[in-house]
Amino acid sequence: MWEYVKQLEYPVRIKNPSPALAKVIISQLGGPDGEMGAASRYLSQRYAMPTAVAKGALTDIGSEELGHAEIVSAILYQLTRNLSMEEIKASGFDTYFVDHTTGIYPQAASGMPFSAATFQSTGDPIADLVEDLAAEQKARLTYDNILRLTDDPDVREPIKFLRAREIVHFQRFGEALRNLTDRLDSRNFYAFNPSFKPKK
Amino acid sequence: MSHKKQLGRNVQQTRFALIEANLYLDTHPNCQEGLAYFRKQQQLYNKAVAEYEAAYGPLRAFEQTEDSYWNWIDNPWPWETEE
Repeated sequence: MWEYVKQLEYPVRIKNPSPALAKVIISQLGGPDGEMGAASRYLSQRYAMPTAVAKGALTDIGSEELGHAEIVSAILYQLTRNLSMEEIKASGFDTYFVDHTTGIYPQAASGMPFSAATFQSTGDPIADLVEDLAAEQKARLTYDNILRLTDDPDVREPIKFLRAREIVHFQRFGEALRNLTDRLDSRNFYAFNPSFKPKK
Repeated sequence: MSHKKQLGRNVQQTRFALIEANLYLDTHPNCQEGLAYFRKQQQLYNKAVAEYEAAYGPLRAFEQTEDSYWNWIDNPWPWETEE
């Protein structure tokens, strides 16, 4: 189960609101490669894992991603303080504002609401861990794109932290995959799914 | 930097060291160096969080110690800047 610590994993202190920037950064909350998706994916996949290493890694990385969703939400919250109606209209933030005011709602920058359709939990540990490697790269590149879209150092600092964490997670998933395949038949990793044995 | 901010930063930094060590040990459970690093950071974290909570209130609901009222819910919350 989960405990909550009343402190962000990394500080967020943004002096200059920007609804235009909030419009794109929201993808790291509710978008196809965002933190909510990552947390949901890893915390869902962990149940089918046959190794203690994979259960540990997916649980702990999934939990860290919940903390990252909180950081992204804090960034969005601080980017949308003290807005004038002129700023809201000029930035194009009006299409979000009309449904959500300056509340936090998990969606992609495109407006698509957060969906479990953006991830899988296949019950096959090799497929799941390989998906997780790709997921961390997709998250990393999204942060690269965000860094291309702003010069504000207050925003860049937490974004760079989150980006670095994706690279570390990628490393950990690679290790978990290797640990799993070390326990399979080296002549054929796909001889059977170690998570499923049908009743005879 | 204010005293509260300094203590808070100590907690944040030592906790991050634990998070990082935790993930590393998940995939390297027998690494003695890693375990020693975790143990050291755990001591620093426990000291930092005790110091912060004694002065500024609970960071974890179950560590709440104020008897006159339930200060767990006090502002600010982590997404708010202290103004």
